[in-house]
Amino acid sequence: MTIQSAKSGPTGVRIQLDHVSKVYPGSTQPAVDDVSLEIPAGEIVVFVGPSGCGKTTTMRMINRLSEPTSGKILIGDKDALSIKPTELRRSIGYSIQQAGLFPHMTIRHNVGLVPGLLKWDRKKIDARVDELLDLVGLDPGQYADRYPRQLSGGQQQRVGVARALAADPPVLLMDEPFGAVDPITRSSLQDELLRLQTELGKTIVFVTHDFGEAVKLGDRIAVLGQKSAVLQYDTPQAILANPADDTVAGFVGTGASLRQLGLMRVKDVELRPHPSVHVDDDVDTARNALAGSEFDWAVVLDSRDRPVSWIRANRLAHARDVASVAEPLDVVSTQSTLEDALEAILAESHASAVVAGPGSRYVGVVTLETLIEAVTTARADAGAKPTGHGAP
Amino acid sequence: MTTVVADASTAGPTRAERLRLLIQPVLVLVVGAAVVFWAFDRDLTATQQENINAANVSQLIWQHLLITIAVTVIVLLVGVPLGVLVTRPGVNRLRPFVVGAANVGQAAPAIGLLVLLFLLTAKTGFWIGVLPIALYSLLPVLSSTILGLTEVDRALIDAGNGQGMSRGSLLLRVELPLAVPYILAGLRTSLVLAVGTATLSFLVNAGGLGILIDTGYKLQDDVTLILGSVLAVCLALLVDWFGGLAEFFLAPKGLR
Repeated sequence: MTIQSAKSGPTGVRIQLDHVSKVYPGSTQPAVDDVSLEIPAGEIVVFVGPSGCGKTTTMRMINRLSEPTSGKILIGDKDALSIKPTELRRSIGYSIQQAGLFPHMTIRHNVGLVPGLLKWDRKKIDARVDELLDLVGLDPGQYADRYPRQLSGGQQQRVGVARALAADPPVLLMDEPFGAVDPITRSSLQDELLRLQTELGKTIVFVTHDFGEAVKLGDRIAVLGQKSAVLQYDTPQAILANPADDTVAGFVGTGASLRQLGLMRVKDVELRPHPSVHVDDDVDTARNALAGSEFDWAVVLDSRDRPVSWIRANRLAHARDVASVAEPLDVVSTQSTLEDALEAILAESHASAVVAGPGSRYVGVVTLETLIEAVTTARADAGAKPTGHGAP
Repeated sequence: MTTVVADASTAGPTRAERLRLLIQPVLVLVVGAAVVFWAFDRDLTATQQENINAANVSQLIWQHLLITIAVTVIVLLVGVPLGVLVTRPGVNRLRPFVVGAANVGQAAPAIGLLVLLFLLTAKTGFWIGVLPIALYSLLPVLSSTILGLTEVDRALIDAGNGQGMSRGSLLLRVELPLAVPYILAGLRTSLVLAVGTATLSFLVNAGGLGILIDTGYKLQDDVTLILGSVLAVCLALLVDWFGGLAEFFLAPKGLR
């Protein structure tokens, strides 16, 4: 248990559920029926499914808030059922809906709770709390001594995540943590979590009923049906491209192709070349560049080859110089998603997304054909390989 | 900060309540001083002087306060742990019996309890006065402790468990602090019951302002009667004021 946050590589450990079942006392039907899953170290695995399908119970069995009736759970190489529950839970981060912060404790005491239970000394706890608040984007000087009531819902949720990370646990369990905040805050909290995860590399089990959230956050998604039956367990791309059955397809819902575009990056597709001119070229050079191509518009680059605007061929005819007829341009980067590219295509009257690569230099364009090709290929790839059922 | 206090609707005192906290002690002091001045400033008979003199009156007030304090301590020491016990899983089957017993204690006339204990033990004195009053005043603290503990948000208990808090530390660091506003409200009611009933404790020779009232009544001496009654009322209001102060200052900070 050292204070660290910038260690490279995953610090998480693998979790294995081995034929785990849960029958609540007084009930004949199991809430969770014979579930086996392997959650790889350092990945975000999202349990997604309809309300009451047992996904939360399945997650809660990992830190024994719910005791499995039968089966085995391994965290790293240790049998979770052989560790004392309170000790087990102190080594697993836990974050829930509406944060669950203690209203009578300051933010500092809330975050420092588990380190306190682990008997860290005061100074070390204080330093750790400051570090964590910084990590989740809250200024310790401003927020550490406030009470939860004095924070917004989004800020409380950030504190909830900081609290879960307090003792630097290898595993994080998150039960619909962003369910109770408004869509804009939720989206920024999700981005934040992804950023944190690239730094921390924890093993995260995340429960949600929102498939969009699952696609955005998950390295893998487990689509769960009644009694927590694993309907499909695979990467978001594979599930979107090739749902295992009608139930999964129904849950994925309409808009699967759009979601897929959100998962793919511009760098993953082949860019099309498109004529370009420099902003200080004379008009004749520009006219010739276009005349030699099949296109009626060109990208305008600055002196360092960065795309800055565009020109139409017909306006070039009467122009004195390139700059005077150039029109403003939205540029996407190779890191942008294809969804961003689609947005740019729809927004520009030339129907293309101009792409800037390393050093913001112009590398090509994405067109509607590129996107259609990308989605079709992804679907074909997913259809070719057998769909992951249970363990990947 | 002030806006936060004013906005808190669930636990913090309301404006009217705060105004009352300011006015009540002033009223008590004015009325108390007036009645003492009125009683001491007249030509008293020799019999009256035996009761109405500074030493005797202050001793009776002191006895009255001691009874109240003793009752408070007993009620807290019994009511809170009992409330905690019957809200623990497994033990909550006992809850109807415990609450029932406390209900009987409050429903029975305090004077009956006093006399019964006297008859049972054939003794008199301070504790014979204090114990029945404590039983009589137990219910508010007991039921508010139970209420306060059951009102704690299940999600917070889940969060505590999920972080690996033991049952003991969950109780001491989360459940009880969150129940404090409820317990204090119950304690305030218990205090008022105790200070009122303590006027009966003279029956078992435990002292208190009841002596003045009793003497005044028996001797048909209005001055003694009025002095005793008004002082008892003032004491009750003062104790209630202390209860209010406690609610105001002892409730956990983050809740208001």
